[in-house]
Amino acid sequence: MSILVFCENIEGTFKKNTLEAITYGRKLAEQTQSPLAAVVNGSPDVEVLKTYGIGKAYLLEGSNTGDSASLAKGIAGVCSKVDASTVILTYNSTGKSIAGQLGILCGAGVVNSVNALPSSLEPFQVSQSVFAGKAEAVVEVPGEKKVLGLQSNSIKIEEAPVDTIDTEIVTSDGGSRVEVIRQDKISGGVPLPEAELVVSGGRGFKGPENWNILEDLAGVLGAATACSRPVSDSDWRPHHEHVGQTGITIRPNLYIAIGISGAIQHLGGVNNSKTIVVINKDPEAPFFKAADYGVVGDLFDVVPRLTEAVKKYKGA
Amino acid sequence: MNILVCIARAVETTAKISFTDNDTRFDDTGVQYIMNPYDEWYSLVRALELKEKEGGEVHVVCVGDSSSEQVIRKALAIGADKAFRIDLEPKTADETAFQLAEFAKSGNYDIIFTGKETVDYNSGLVPPMLSALLDWPFVGIVSDLEYENGEATLSREIEGGVEIVKASLPLVLSATKDLAEQRIPNMRGIMMAKRKPLEVVEAKETAPKVNFVGFSKPEKDTEITYVDPENMDELVRLLSEEAKVI
Repeated sequence: MSILVFCENIEGTFKKNTLEAITYGRKLAEQTQSPLAAVVNGSPDVEVLKTYGIGKAYLLEGSNTGDSASLAKGIAGVCSKVDASTVILTYNSTGKSIAGQLGILCGAGVVNSVNALPSSLEPFQVSQSVFAGKAEAVVEVPGEKKVLGLQSNSIKIEEAPVDTIDTEIVTSDGGSRVEVIRQDKISGGVPLPEAELVVSGGRGFKGPENWNILEDLAGVLGAATACSRPVSDSDWRPHHEHVGQTGITIRPNLYIAIGISGAIQHLGGVNNSKTIVVINKDPEAPFFKAADYGVVGDLFDVVPRLTEAVKKYKGA
Repeated sequence: MNILVCIARAVETTAKISFTDNDTRFDDTGVQYIMNPYDEWYSLVRALELKEKEGGEVHVVCVGDSSSEQVIRKALAIGADKAFRIDLEPKTADETAFQLAEFAKSGNYDIIFTGKETVDYNSGLVPPMLSALLDWPFVGIVSDLEYENGEATLSREIEGGVEIVKASLPLVLSATKDLAEQRIPNMRGIMMAKRKPLEVVEAKETAPKVNFVGFSKPEKDTEITYVDPENMDELVRLLSEEAKVI
């Protein structure tokens, strides 16, 4: 039985979380001594996948990521073709829509928000984030077939080059019932769920007109921007930047929280970050309890100073 | 238009998270349950708005034991016409989706509204599983829905933006923020909810494909280092040399 990785092709490229999924799949294939294959939406240039250990790729034509049902059917077709025991997907908007459907179509047990390699293969047990990152659950999948949705930044990408990649075109016969009209993307910037560095702001900024202070810092760091719930509720920032229990859960290497007091719902969304920096003028802000580094001071002074310091460091 | 809204009971978001029975079960002693906010604020309310425009009925369905009746009554108070409770305390998403699909097959629904995930277990699996069991199209994480001449135009969240799609009915969608504005039940709604039908449906046999075997809380032994607000060069040095993150 094979390990199959869904490699989402976004405008001809593969994002970081897809490379993480490949690394995860390759390690699982080694552990279980199974062949590894990729299934790709569309037919982009897949040579790059060789670098990460993919020697066989199925190119799925005739399905778009906007129609998750047709895509899930296409992937399910490849699953039976390669007799997949496990399918790895990324836990992003595409993966979230597909994983559950794929589980039903393949009769597989599905675990989403997976954050590590299986802790046991017999029986198959893997951990997943629950309660917005405030806890982890160990989930057992007793059946032979599994679908795993991998959370971003849960595994370090590793190269494992293979010499050749063999491709095969598969046509999805799902018949599309959802038609994509257009995509409105916010240009530039780093997508938040997969960002390694995140700068996040709260009510301490006093209004959206001051957000440039945060954006300047994010700019010099090459970081994604995020916000707390009151900020997105007040429409200072869009909802997809809202981190926390009713927003998104992230686990970057560095999370800089500025002017955020650190309510429990917010901490839940970020407490798996590797390093947390808290900048707040209130020394009693609960967020300091979860921080690795703290700066007690007025963000309007501290943040521009930090931006300058980062510029100096990068220039050096 | 006949609309089905799937609602779930979820752990209130400020609840203290702890586990019992040797860390195999969530400890809900003293914990408040609420209607899952994605189901209530966005999904149910948008369904009611659609009914107000198109006519028809809004039914709510919940897979849960009798302790779920409080959130079901609230859904009726907000404006749903009729409620069904499938009598099973579900343990996994596949179990819940199966019960919902069996129920939906027995009705004549044009559109099924769900919330994108519950705020406790967060897996977001029930909506897509339900669509696959029914073989209906699925649009996930929807922040806007317009309906004209039998066709739905939806905005769904994607990485770094939104995608606008068109779909015909029947359809399963999962709601996120911005799909509707929260409605607070008024006194008249609460009184009327007491007289609205709440039917208990027997659960069907199913075997879950996963099981939760244990829980843990990530331990973070944070020893905070305070940095002088005048000396941001020092913070940059720590982040680079000590934490090695930049």
